[in-house]
Amino acid sequence: MHPLYQILADAAGRDKVTPGEFIIAKVDLAEINDLYLQVIMSFKEMGGDKIWDSQKVTFVMDHYAPPPTIKAAENQTKMREFAKEQGIKYFFDINRGVCHQVMPEEGLVWPDMVLVATDSHTTTHGAFGAFSTGIGATDMAAVLLTGEIWFRVPEIIKIKIQGKIRKGVMAKDIILYIISQLGTDIALYKAVEYTGETVTDMSLDERLVLCNMAVEMGAKATYIKPDKKVWDYISLVNPQKIQECRPIKQINEKENEVYESVYNFDISNLEPQVALPYRVDNVVPVSQVAEEPINQALIGTCTGGRINDIKIAAQILKGRKIFSSVRLLIIPVSNKILEKCIELGYIQTLLNAGATLVTPSCGPCLGAHEGVLSSGESCISTSSRNFPGRMGSSEAKIFLSSPATAAASAIKGVITDPREFL
Amino acid sequence: MFKPIIEGKIFKVGDDIDTDQIYPGRYLYLTSPEEMAVHAMEDVIADFYKKIEGEDWIIAAGKNFGCGSSREHAPRALLYAGVKAIVAESFGRIFYRNALNVGLPAVKCSGIVKEVQQGSLIQINLKEGLIVLGTPEKTLSIEKFSPQLLAILKNEGLIPYMKKYGKYSHLKNI
Repeated sequence: MHPLYQILADAAGRDKVTPGEFIIAKVDLAEINDLYLQVIMSFKEMGGDKIWDSQKVTFVMDHYAPPPTIKAAENQTKMREFAKEQGIKYFFDINRGVCHQVMPEEGLVWPDMVLVATDSHTTTHGAFGAFSTGIGATDMAAVLLTGEIWFRVPEIIKIKIQGKIRKGVMAKDIILYIISQLGTDIALYKAVEYTGETVTDMSLDERLVLCNMAVEMGAKATYIKPDKKVWDYISLVNPQKIQECRPIKQINEKENEVYESVYNFDISNLEPQVALPYRVDNVVPVSQVAEEPINQALIGTCTGGRINDIKIAAQILKGRKIFSSVRLLIIPVSNKILEKCIELGYIQTLLNAGATLVTPSCGPCLGAHEGVLSSGESCISTSSRNFPGRMGSSEAKIFLSSPATAAASAIKGVITDPREFL
Repeated sequence: MFKPIIEGKIFKVGDDIDTDQIYPGRYLYLTSPEEMAVHAMEDVIADFYKKIEGEDWIIAAGKNFGCGSSREHAPRALLYAGVKAIVAESFGRIFYRNALNVGLPAVKCSGIVKEVQQGSLIQINLKEGLIVLGTPEKTLSIEKFSPQLLAILKNEGLIPYMKKYGKYSHLKNI
């Protein structure tokens, strides 16, 4: 049985589960962000009084950090009050960062858990071997009430990635290329497992990018078999879990008995990729879109704001200046990452180059604040979505790329192959 | 009250209509139905809520309707604007759950898009699992709901369901 099915079977109190069947699963951790006052409203409308377990719930104030409007501020105030009144153990305010980084940093994510969060990019945590998925406000209210959720057991797609990554190419380029080949609905209602030597060789930061973006193929959850890199990380952030986690069993069945389909990718010759407006699967090699002018470059968010991402941006921008008419936003994904970037000198390098530092948060990724676009503007971004209106005006264009490509583009004012600077 | 038969006029949209288009991110801090309704689909169809006023409309969409963010604001805004149901080739999975949870029927029907025109009549029969189209008259089948989902739908959403039962209790047929 696949480890994801083992997790779901355990959570449902069954010996086994099969794809397509419906189960009621117990939740190990429920995370709610500050877009979702509706969770509390739905919980109360359901007749909820005390939440099922105050030790298994976390609130992260990340989408409006800090709040841009009175209403957003009021929503956060109500969430703080609710968290206090319920004795919620893990409350992370606007000074902590984006939930998909804060949760792992705080030791709240581990292999073999069931994690639900009010954010579609919750697929990220499959990189740690968790079953993790995004849900809406009312689904979450029912979790707060019961500690349970219904799931349709997903079929699993295996994506095997082989080949050595070329210089200047990052996980973001690989996942954009994969999505362009497989489409935005290939994994609808399904889970995605990533395997192959390229994935094994990747840092955890880079694996998180693959899992984060899987939702752009429609995926419900992801999985990368935990290896030493994962266990080393868990032993740093939550050593006790090392003892508690069950050993991961080998899959005994044949490949075609476990996976609905298997896709193979060789990325040995892959060059940096860019997703053109307004679809994540509208992807071309950077050479085909070079010279496209940009007004803003964004390096940050839960997809592209980790150490690895800011490091490469600093490498590229060291001793250089951004183009006179370009705004470069740097949004480290968490305060811990920001502190580390300061310590390593990356932030100073980027500020010297002319960057604007934004507080760790979701920033303008979803068009809420801190760098939204005016009509007719173009932005190259390390975030995950380029839908119309995603980052402000629906007349603005968003190009998705790796942090390296975004940094190189900021220097020249047009979309640029980062290998020119590496 | 739960209506097993929903009738209305078709509002036709394409593939991959994401939740940013259904409900733009710049309004996510809003929570009141009146305020949310006016922004439904505003980046795709200006004044959508006015255009569907006074009549029963059912959205017919291509594949992957509601892909993207987990925002429950998206189905809520459609519901508050007066949309009666959505029929699509497929749905973004979070949107699908959210729609049923807020009491907005979302039904999967393969081949729906090529069979309907803007403004044509449609009848969804949730009890029989069928869609009947106006002119020319045609019957299509819809994907069956699981017992748990059907129970949520029959109770007009997860809030009334949980208010009544206090837990999930319909894994098996009712």
